[in-house]
Amino acid sequence: MARLNLVKALNLALLQEMERDEDVLVMGEDVGVDGGVFRVTEDLHRKFGSKRVIDSPLAEAAIIGAGVGMALYGLKPVCEIQFSGFAFQCFHQIENHAARYRMRSQGRFGVSMVIRMPYGGGVRALEHHSESEEQFYAHIPGLKMVIPSGPRNARALLVSAIRDPDPVIFFEHKGLYHAAKEDVPDEIETLPIGRAQVVREGGDLTLIAYGGMLRLAREAAETLAEEDGAQADVIDLLTISPLDRATLVASVQKTGRVVVVHEAPRSFGPGAEIAASIMDGAFLSLEAPVARVTSWDVPFPGFAREKASVPDLARVLAAARETLAF
Amino acid sequence: MPRTILEPRFQVEYLSILDSDGNLDTSLEPDLSADELRRLYRGMLLGRRLDERMIRLQRQGRIGTFAPIKGQEASQVGAVVTLRPSDWMVPSFRETAAMLWRGWPIEKLLLFFAGYLEGGQPAPGQNDLPVTIPVATQLPHAVGLAYAAQYRGDDAVVMAFCGDGATSEGDFHEALNFAGVWHVPAVFVVQNNQWAISVPLKKQTHARTLAQKALAYGLPGLQVDGNDVLAVYAACREAVARARAGDGPTLIECVTYRLGMHTTADDPTKYRAAEEVEAWERKDPLTRFVTYLQKKSLLDEGVTEAVDAEIAAAVQRFEAFGAADPLTMFDHAYAARPAHLEAQRTALAERLSNGGPAPTGDTVEPASPPMRGQRTSRR
Repeated sequence: MARLNLVKALNLALLQEMERDEDVLVMGEDVGVDGGVFRVTEDLHRKFGSKRVIDSPLAEAAIIGAGVGMALYGLKPVCEIQFSGFAFQCFHQIENHAARYRMRSQGRFGVSMVIRMPYGGGVRALEHHSESEEQFYAHIPGLKMVIPSGPRNARALLVSAIRDPDPVIFFEHKGLYHAAKEDVPDEIETLPIGRAQVVREGGDLTLIAYGGMLRLAREAAETLAEEDGAQADVIDLLTISPLDRATLVASVQKTGRVVVVHEAPRSFGPGAEIAASIMDGAFLSLEAPVARVTSWDVPFPGFAREKASVPDLARVLAAARETLAF
Repeated sequence: MPRTILEPRFQVEYLSILDSDGNLDTSLEPDLSADELRRLYRGMLLGRRLDERMIRLQRQGRIGTFAPIKGQEASQVGAVVTLRPSDWMVPSFRETAAMLWRGWPIEKLLLFFAGYLEGGQPAPGQNDLPVTIPVATQLPHAVGLAYAAQYRGDDAVVMAFCGDGATSEGDFHEALNFAGVWHVPAVFVVQNNQWAISVPLKKQTHARTLAQKALAYGLPGLQVDGNDVLAVYAACREAVARARAGDGPTLIECVTYRLGMHTTADDPTKYRAAEEVEAWERKDPLTRFVTYLQKKSLLDEGVTEAVDAEIAAAVQRFEAFGAADPLTMFDHAYAARPAHLEAQRTALAERLSNGGPAPTGDTVEPASPPMRGQRTSRR
């Protein structure tokens, strides 16, 4: 057991999976000697050499495209895109190929690869270094989309992602990299992809969040308990796609009231699919419209105005109180 | 300070062995056995005859849109013949002759172009990727495959195909760059057929050759007469041997010509002159090879009839293929079906069992949508 932040926990997952399985490779810009710009791959190069920890040329499409080729051969590449804002230069390789080879080849080939990307704002960074784009990947059939919320589940989910037979987009919130440390066991842990966790139980309201927004949902739940006497279920999605609808529906059948929090812009975002799924599965239990607290539908406004766009505690509380009073 | 020359001026070699008039450079003639020469011819002829048959099948509505290969048989067959079965072949979408040589059954290709994904499923152990449609995007996959082969210590070589239009795509350049930096066992075969749909080569690039694009990435680039199967063979054999020996990747530009349309949804008379096509018809890769074989008394009687019979039997097998079961669309989206797909599959199954629409596989649309960039006009 060790107290690790998110960076160190992810590094542990990579280290242990690479020790376990020679087919696991790490590839990306600056992931080798430099250990990645956020140090997630630190020291792997020294331990496994430049054939397994590949400092690639600066070209996102070929990083993912070559990763697809490696996966078709049977290797398990873990590709890092330095910031999720740059992934549009490989989006076609993800959508056209990583997600589709299993279907196109009718099961002859699979693309067992992980595409890691730092996402999210609140770190006083420039445009393309602060956005949340999970909705693009969650919409693509054939992909899985995972976003951990803390060191321990990040480590376990990354191990699961590496072992998954299908391509997994793995988002890491930049604001969490050096935030809280958690106890992370030395032995390898996994978590099932496609399963959400109820991390706090209450009967009055369901708060749904993931990644960098989970902390906000938990804080809101504690405040509501203290100030309003209302108890909330807090659900950590962990996997955006495939969405764990059963866990969401079970909670809403109990509470009847829902607030979804995400950092991605609102329109056509994960909150919309979550709301629709809840209507499908728990319509007669609903006591209020499903509320969404999200960033506004504007391109990244610059970090001087970022706090006015990314959800904060006050907005989550306001939405929760409106929902409770409806 | 004076300006200094960092590198010598580059040169690009052009290789031609058997020209369109049947003249042979015997000093360069590859050492192929009589049987190998017969097989080469049969492979090219099968590509040509199937292409012609497929156009008729498309016009009859029995298959959908496809990209004919007429004129490019030599640059396909001459290339893949240098591979071992255990090597990898990465096609784009106009490699019918190459795919046939690599063992794709004719009926599978027909199924693929009739809209059945079953037709894109390589056989177990067959090291071929399925058809890739987005231009040039398959080239990085070839680099990854080659890297993986090298990583595992296998001596496999990867051969990837693309067209002249693909050399304008970013993925082409990224793939060549990665291949050079990683020194992978890959051979990139550019089928320069002069036209990317309606855009001629001179609007595609200001470079004198496509082969020279390799030089910027530190790999050898060679231009060959792509209608000369002996030249394509000789160049690819050398490149494959170099790759297998660990001496890195090569780019080979096959100068050829698309004698037909871009796809069956295209009308090339809109953008190119009949005289140009006629000039290239005189350089037909099959014509000159027939002359070559005749001189060697290697042209067998009845080979065309045998090829046609093979095609006819395959067309029958294709048409005997059952209707597409709609429910199988849920089988290969993921290795294991997630809950939401299970639910969607159940919904469709219920609809089908409650008198919903019949399975659609037996009603191939008479005219299928065009491929990328095509007008929708149909004949």
